[in-house]
Amino acid sequence: MIGHLRTWPIVLALTIVSAPLVLMYVFLFVDTISNAPAGSFIPNEFTLEHWSFLWETRPGRPSIWRVTLNSFLFATSTAALVLVISSMAGYVLSRLNVPGRTYFLAGVMVLHAFPAITLIVAIFLVLQVVGLYNTLIGVILVKAAIDMPLGIWLMKGFYDTVPWEIEMAGIQDGASRFTVWRKLVLPQVKPGIFALGLFAFLLGWGEFILPQVLAPSGNAQVLSVYLAGLIADDNNFDMNMFKSVGLFYMMPVLILFFVFQNRLMNIYGGGSKG
Amino acid sequence: MRILLEHFSKSFGAVKVIEDMTLEIKDGEMLALLGPSGCGKSTTLFAICGIHRVTSGRILFGDRDVTNVPSQERNVGVVFQSYALYPHMTVADNIAFPLRIRKMPEAEVKRQVEEIAGLVHIEGLLGRRPAELSGGQQQRVALARALVRRPNVLLLDEPLANLDAKLRLEMRSEIRRIQLETGITAILVTHDQVEAMSMCDRIAIMNAGEIIQIATPQEMYRNPRTAFVAGFLGNPPIAFIEAEARDGSLAVKNADIRLPVPKNATVPPDGTPVIVGIRPESLGTEGDATIRGRVSFIETQGRENLYDITLENGSVLRSIQRVRDDIALDDVVEWKVRSDDIFLFAENGERL
Repeated sequence: MIGHLRTWPIVLALTIVSAPLVLMYVFLFVDTISNAPAGSFIPNEFTLEHWSFLWETRPGRPSIWRVTLNSFLFATSTAALVLVISSMAGYVLSRLNVPGRTYFLAGVMVLHAFPAITLIVAIFLVLQVVGLYNTLIGVILVKAAIDMPLGIWLMKGFYDTVPWEIEMAGIQDGASRFTVWRKLVLPQVKPGIFALGLFAFLLGWGEFILPQVLAPSGNAQVLSVYLAGLIADDNNFDMNMFKSVGLFYMMPVLILFFVFQNRLMNIYGGGSKG
Repeated sequence: MRILLEHFSKSFGAVKVIEDMTLEIKDGEMLALLGPSGCGKSTTLFAICGIHRVTSGRILFGDRDVTNVPSQERNVGVVFQSYALYPHMTVADNIAFPLRIRKMPEAEVKRQVEEIAGLVHIEGLLGRRPAELSGGQQQRVALARALVRRPNVLLLDEPLANLDAKLRLEMRSEIRRIQLETGITAILVTHDQVEAMSMCDRIAIMNAGEIIQIATPQEMYRNPRTAFVAGFLGNPPIAFIEAEARDGSLAVKNADIRLPVPKNATVPPDGTPVIVGIRPESLGTEGDATIRGRVSFIETQGRENLYDITLENGSVLRSIQRVRDDIALDDVVEWKVRSDDIFLFAENGERL
């Protein structure tokens, strides 16, 4: 009991500090299922009309399901691309004697330091020329390329911690270099693969600027662009629907975090001491 | 299988680690590569298993030249110092890995894994993961994995370095037992002379990329070719004192001590500076020469005591004797040396 009594000041302080955040989220949720009289915070009626975007498509706008599917495709494809390439490139940079390895690593780092937005005009022109403008594939490629430096560095860091002896043992056991990577080394960096996959997915899910500029309309639209379209629309301005779409947009992320929170906490706990 | 290194050299960039080394390991023999760190013994080992390419020279397994054969096709079993078990696999999968790589039928894999597990006494551990094993058990798994595919040669890279003292004793005899039972040719890399002497048929002692002497442990201990070899073998180690040849005997420098020239050495001409090596067990109560000094340190070892005696010229000799109560620190003693058990070296370390 005494222990509980002693903690109350901390609990109180934390409550006060986090109250504004909690209130914001509570109202975000409450506003999506209710109406309030003008000028008041307190809702006076329950309604599902703000969620109507789920079953009726507004004229001039793509279906929400189509857009969600696009967002999902966009996030998983970029994550998959980043994973496959980074897990191989990271291994090569960590282990093999590639000519110009240090320069390459430094170059990758510099690329990562560039804000993607500074390249946007050039990328826009390139996509126009190769005919990938306003397509999902185009923006997936661009996003994956921009996330790649981080992925490569992250994976290289994980590979660096795998003991050389494991690879030597694999080679002596008769396995090819590729089999050694696939069967012996890759399982040691599983936490890295997992973390990178999740981060790349979340980065893709939350990306706004690239799809907005490179695939703004039609069949390639993603949720963030759809959301921005709502607020930019002066004719049918509906704040509560904007909140509903926002909440809808957030949900997969929340679910991912709930499902994987334990593994996320353990990302750096997966050492490999033989 | 007989292993032969012929005029083997290895350099990393401009650094020559090993130059023109020739070494034969006989079929079924266990040979120790013994030497201080950085002497090139691990480099030699890595050349044999193919992790390092040789700069020049040849490596022969039996009659087959494997100099340019990749590691995977050399069929060499290696036990690494850190064991290098695959942490994500069970013990059974670890041992089965080399067999599965060779696409052996699963029933045969299972049979062979169980057979080898029996040999190294780990039958009960097959379902565990490496992290759930003790150091000694991990060592046994590593041995099983190296042996299961019947390698041409078994290489052991400091296999006992990570074990605590008691396990080290146990695994020393276990590794030897397994090697004798399988009759495999084995090379043990170590910097521990006790391991080399107790486990191996022959020792190749290395220093600075060169093999100084190859001999059986007993022969090497009795008849070291250089002062380096004499200093490396034996615990507590041999002590060296400087002397000079005078009238057919040896006069210890700056001291009134005369030692006879041992029978096994040629008498050097008068005035030649020499180094005299005296092992701790050669100095004590019996012998034909006398050394006078002050007891400067006594180390109790239980059954025996180790005495340091400081000569008048400041050199220190060691003597290992049964525990005696009549000697105290700072006593001046006159102890006997068996002159035939002392070693005589030239100034450059070569045996005379």
